[in-house]
Amino acid sequence: MAEIRKSEGLIDWLDQRLAVKAFMRVMMTEYWIPKNINFLWAMGVVLVVLFGVLLVTGLLLLMYYKPDINLAFDSVNYTIMQEVEYGWLWRHMHGVAASATFLIIYIHLFTGIYYGSYKKGREMIWITGMVLFIAFSAEAFSGYMLPWGQMSYWAAQVITNLFSGIPVIGDDVVIWIRGDYVVADATLTRFFMLHVVLLPLVIIVVIAVHFYSLRFPHVNNQDSEELNFDVEAKKFLDGRKKESKVVPFWPVFLSKDFFVVGAFMTFFFLLCCYHFDFAMDPINFEPANSMKTPAHIYPEWYFLWNYEVLRGFFFDIAGIAAMDIGLIAFVIANIVFMVLPFLDRNPMNTAPAHKRPLFKYWFWILVVDMIVLTVYGKLPPTGVNAWVGFFAAIIFLGLFIALPFITKHEAKGDVQ
Amino acid sequence: MAQTRRDFIGMALGGITAVGGVCTLGAMKKSWDPLPSVQSAGFVTVDVSTIQEGEARSFQWRGKPIFVLRKSADTPKNAKRDVVIGEKVFTLVIGLCTHLGCIPSYDAKQKSFICACHGGVFDASGINTFGPPPRPLDIPPFKIAGESLVLGEEGEEYKKLTAKKA
Repeated sequence: MAEIRKSEGLIDWLDQRLAVKAFMRVMMTEYWIPKNINFLWAMGVVLVVLFGVLLVTGLLLLMYYKPDINLAFDSVNYTIMQEVEYGWLWRHMHGVAASATFLIIYIHLFTGIYYGSYKKGREMIWITGMVLFIAFSAEAFSGYMLPWGQMSYWAAQVITNLFSGIPVIGDDVVIWIRGDYVVADATLTRFFMLHVVLLPLVIIVVIAVHFYSLRFPHVNNQDSEELNFDVEAKKFLDGRKKESKVVPFWPVFLSKDFFVVGAFMTFFFLLCCYHFDFAMDPINFEPANSMKTPAHIYPEWYFLWNYEVLRGFFFDIAGIAAMDIGLIAFVIANIVFMVLPFLDRNPMNTAPAHKRPLFKYWFWILVVDMIVLTVYGKLPPTGVNAWVGFFAAIIFLGLFIALPFITKHEAKGDVQ
Repeated sequence: MAQTRRDFIGMALGGITAVGGVCTLGAMKKSWDPLPSVQSAGFVTVDVSTIQEGEARSFQWRGKPIFVLRKSADTPKNAKRDVVIGEKVFTLVIGLCTHLGCIPSYDAKQKSFICACHGGVFDASGINTFGPPPRPLDIPPFKIAGESLVLGEEGEEYKKLTAKKA
């Protein structure tokens, strides 16, 4: 047991019992971050702030929301929006933060791909990150159902119906998930449970693992330079701060992050106060009606790319039904990023994309293709649109098939 | 000797925990199943005796619209799809367009179900004749009980129809 003596103050009293000083050193003042990074490295902290916004606004909304098909719509659109003081603000912040979270997740994800931060010891960071992406997707989908408008209802109907594509047991699985033959009260209450308890808990745990998995391989840098963190940290602690290639997480790295967070939150509140409508689909201000389908059903913008992969295959190929091909492509699209570290057959080369002869083309084609999928995912799937969607979906899948060959080829070039 | 006894205790503990875990998962799975009240609402009896010739009436079953059309004498029959009760011939379909799930409406003049969303047309037997729908309107499971139809139950006539389709 530690030797307990008369304390010199509150910090010392706590330090004797909880080792707070050592804890702060390990987590903050001696957690070393490379200097050679840019604003894209601040996205993780931006995401933490956004998750905080979602949590706090969510708690406030939870006090007035009623998970019952007869009460849900009015509890959101009347009670929260019109009666509760600042209820409108919490709702718009919650909706916009959900959208913004996905925007930042995509930037975070493409930063990781561009700078090769998913491989050479950093695989677990990547995989836990993709688990978070899936958990956030489930969180967004379950949350979208809660206002119980027409879009909530039909999105729930269509997405739960996707599980009918599972061979043999599909139809039973759909009924099991819904707790009814159609999306109904049982569906609303169980997705409410998922949205406010289970999924946030999972997300918090996975975030902790995500941070932990970063600790040993360390944060990557702009040139993927291999740093000896012990040597560089020693330089910093010895006062040779200019010469050292690292800075402590707190106060140096976070102070810059706070600047990026500040700039981002300005943009965020601009959206919340003046352009909140982009996260508020007008069709969803009509109460859910199982007897009337909206003319066009589409998801929020952040799901459009995989929605377009799903419906891009609109004709049967080689005797396989269009719907089945779409479903298979959709499942692949949702998990293919997870295995990216293993599709890259040049695992030792972590150079950023612009220094890799083939990978840079692969990267930018992927970005452009996903933007095309997103844009066409919102348009009605008729005429030329259907074909653009089809080819964009083919290119998306093709890129991941090509990746092992491209990187293998690059690896050969590296040796020479 | 002591080691094997420890192994036995370990395996016994592990085994009982595994059984308990599986049972718990089973209980959790069942908690998610549709409730008895929901399941019983999955069977609806509809009285079709009062439907006039050429009239289409809609009902609700498992949250879906159901159309029952009594064919007039001059409407073509379709042995693979017609529900015959005595002299009366009915078309019984789930009223969701097989394209994207919109609800079509029956046009008595054209003797067709017409979907406003993307222009799909189905004839009086529910067979797709125009537009994007990939297949005829679905027939819900039914049983004939006198002059009523029990929806949700697979009766003799339903099995005959599905057998003919295959």
